[in-house]
Amino acid sequence: MNCRKYLVLLAVMCFGSAGDALLKRGMNDFGPIDLHHPLQVLAALGNPWVLAGIVVLIGFFATYLNALSWADLSYVLPATALGYVGVTLLGKYFLHENVSPMRWLGVLLISCGVGWVTRGPALTVSSSAESRVRGSEEQHEVA
Amino acid sequence: MRSLELWSAIALIVLASSGGDVLLSAAMKRIGDLDQLRLRSGLMAVVARVVSEKYFLLALCCFCVGFFSLLTALSWGDASLVAPASASMTFVVSAVMAKIFLKEDVDHRRWAAAVLVCIGVALLR
Repeated sequence: MNCRKYLVLLAVMCFGSAGDALLKRGMNDFGPIDLHHPLQVLAALGNPWVLAGIVVLIGFFATYLNALSWADLSYVLPATALGYVGVTLLGKYFLHENVSPMRWLGVLLISCGVGWVTRGPALTVSSSAESRVRGSEEQHEVA
Repeated sequence: MRSLELWSAIALIVLASSGGDVLLSAAMKRIGDLDQLRLRSGLMAVVARVVSEKYFLLALCCFCVGFFSLLTALSWGDASLVAPASASMTFVVSAVMAKIFLKEDVDHRRWAAAVLVCIGVALLR
């Protein structure tokens, strides 16, 4: 893991939480979706906040693809979960939602899990790749 | 009733997102490190390689289902509940699917993180 890869993970967190908050801001203008008229949700695509959310989430997707190309899925998902803290902060201060102490505790526990998993290896080494590396090391030793 | 509807929408987000994540990860592993590919062949080659990958296209279908479920759930509940709850449960389900389908080494560290996230999600309710 180098500095550039940590920046990619940081960008995944920032784009993800900002995108979710923008979508919620847009859906606040639109009102509740009626289950009997599910296509109402398509009309939300004309809302500028929803459109801005989609643009930001495209940035999220690009950085997420980049991260998945060099790390395991079971590493990338928790490693970028600090975005939950971001979305909770945006929910409280940007959308003026009520965030109870229990929710803050939930966010804290999620963040602890995230912090722990990021200290582990990012990529699973397959047995075939591992044996190739060992073979190469043995050849070096013989030489 | 509204709570049941909300959690049903969240469950649909989780299933669609986890399936999409696994397919996307499989696609990106087949392609390899995007930065190295960009240095070798340029940005347009990266885009062409990604969009021609069939697992990537299947993942997009799953994400479309997840996205519209997310919009619906956000119209019913707070962003500070819907986004963390769906995303963190997606993490747990994706870890299980990554172990089964992608043969990833989900070690004790990653499972422990999954348990912490599960407790965190329960508190978010």
